[in-house]
Amino acid sequence: MINQEWPLWEIFIRSRNGLSHKHVGSLHAADAEMAMSNARDVYTRRSEGISIWVVESSKIVASNPEDQGPLFEPAANKVYRHPTFYDLPDGLEHM
Amino acid sequence: MSDSKKKYILHLADNALILGHRLSEWCGHGPVLEQDIAMSNIALDLIGQARNWYQLRARLDEADITEDDLAYLRDIRQYRNLLLLEQENQDFAYTVVRQFLWDSYHHALLSDLMDSSDQDLRAVAQKSFKEVQYHLKWSSEWMIRLGDGTEISHQKMQTALNDLWYYADECFVSSEYEEELVKNNVITDPSILAKAVKKMREEIIQRATLDFPEEVYAQRGGKEGIHTEQMGYILADLQYMQRTYPNAKW
Amino acid sequence: MKTESLEQRFQDRIDREERIEPKDWMPEKYRKTLIRQISQHAHSEIVGMLPEGNWITRAPSLRRKAALLAKVQDEAGHGLYLYAAAETLGISRDEMIEQLHDGTAKYSNIFNYPTLTWADMGTIGWLVDGAAIMNQVPLCRCSYGPYARAMVRVCKEESFHQRQGFEILLTLSRGNREQREMLQESVNRWWWPSMMMFGPNDADSPHSQQSMAWKIKRFSNDELRQKFVDVCVEQAKILNVTIPDRDLKWNEERGHYDFGKIDWDEFWRVVKGDGPCNRQRLKARIDAHENGAWVRDAAMAFAKKQSERKQAQKIAS
Repeated sequence: MINQEWPLWEIFIRSRNGLSHKHVGSLHAADAEMAMSNARDVYTRRSEGISIWVVESSKIVASNPEDQGPLFEPAANKVYRHPTFYDLPDGLEHM
Repeated sequence: MSDSKKKYILHLADNALILGHRLSEWCGHGPVLEQDIAMSNIALDLIGQARNWYQLRARLDEADITEDDLAYLRDIRQYRNLLLLEQENQDFAYTVVRQFLWDSYHHALLSDLMDSSDQDLRAVAQKSFKEVQYHLKWSSEWMIRLGDGTEISHQKMQTALNDLWYYADECFVSSEYEEELVKNNVITDPSILAKAVKKMREEIIQRATLDFPEEVYAQRGGKEGIHTEQMGYILADLQYMQRTYPNAKW
Repeated sequence: MKTESLEQRFQDRIDREERIEPKDWMPEKYRKTLIRQISQHAHSEIVGMLPEGNWITRAPSLRRKAALLAKVQDEAGHGLYLYAAAETLGISRDEMIEQLHDGTAKYSNIFNYPTLTWADMGTIGWLVDGAAIMNQVPLCRCSYGPYARAMVRVCKEESFHQRQGFEILLTLSRGNREQREMLQESVNRWWWPSMMMFGPNDADSPHSQQSMAWKIKRFSNDELRQKFVDVCVEQAKILNVTIPDRDLKWNEERGHYDFGKIDWDEFWRVVKGDGPCNRQRLKARIDAHENGAWVRDAAMAFAKKQSERKQAQKIAS
């Protein structure tokens, strides 16, 4: 007996065309083909989707919470990237 | 003709009900949670298909009967399902092989019925076909995975295949009611479907690295209500409530 | 940073209703508490499949059969979502299953009682799922993100379960004498075990306070139990069924129903393994796992072969 647990997969589902795939949960499967079938059986029982992505969890590269400061805070003081930063007269249209 | 059609619909309904019954026995006992869910999905598809066939059969009856009267209140000789489908689950290997042997035929059968000259048969077949396409994919994948997995799994699959082979070809032997429907151009002779089904079985068995079982005498009788002994126990379970409390509504 | 101030910052985040995510720093005890609670919850879903699964092949109509099978299947799904939530905390599903099998992890006591009649399928839906929903709805706002998200999914799917059960009972209540007796007899057996599902009285519940502070738990055991009683008394009237508690009566002052004493000796006896079905339930789970080992192994072996074949093909071309 190998007794090795099937790897974990992350499941992403597009609920209808026009929307992007959204993470819905995880499951175990021995290979990609099985992950796809399992995702269909586990996560689309109530017609939740029309397209599935499966990704082996260990293949995902995630940012670290400790890096949150340097990664994301510098963006907070760049208000000029947002349309509300600019002062324009009320009568102006089509902008 | 209409009598044959009624019998034939019961044959189709009973096939789905009895295999659905067997698969539902797995619920809570599967080899891994994900497959527990997968097998329940197939069982639910089959129970749904059985209901469609029974409802159709009930509509064709002169008497005012329901799907449940048909599913629950006949005796063993009146059930017309294939012997293959009543065979015990035993283990996951038997379950997968039984499923594959059935799916390979069921798929061909429904493809054919979708072109039937009979509108009733055509409609239910069309409703079920996509489900069965998925069943066949599921069982084929597991045939290959387990046949070509470990030594133990290979052995278990070979044993299951050899044992169930006695029941593999009953589907191709026409009953009287099928013969009459063939004569009236309602369905295709099952022995004609056999060619494509056998080819598909061969391909998957080969990809599963399993040996093709030797030619054996195809056990038959299910279509005419002559069952294996296992069937009585299925009915004891299935009919328990309806028989214990006659005429009650649930 | 000192642990003390990390812990303070952690608590501040919780107090601000921020969600904690898997890679965030968390006190070891928070992690352990969650693993214990989520895995126990997952085990309850999986063991909970057995008493109901028992009746799938005997369901009295095709409509009931399909609904029951779909419901028990959902429970497998819920167990799966919950195991996955616990796995984000650094424990594997296999480890959790091992803990269930060797008795170190618990599951809800209620599933150690037998399902004897068809009415039990209805009563489990009404009382057991009813109690579970009361416990579960607040968990959708639990401080740990993956658990809360799993619970949102569970609660959404669960909404048909209780209705399914109630409909079974409603049919019995409108049926013949035998059916009405079957209904009452079933409620008699399940009422008190359902009351115990909320756990010991607050005074005897050692982990509760910390869990409340961490917002893993939002209401106390006794608060939820009271809510359950108040709701069920009204629903019982629709079913024309008597709740088997002579002390049950409306308390104008409290604005709640008073109810009788729970037999905590029975509760602890069942927790410790001497309920009517503890041994059978555990055996069924262990058998399923052991009988499935060759299947899981074969799938892994096949996957490995396949990827080696692909690799070899790549090299060849």
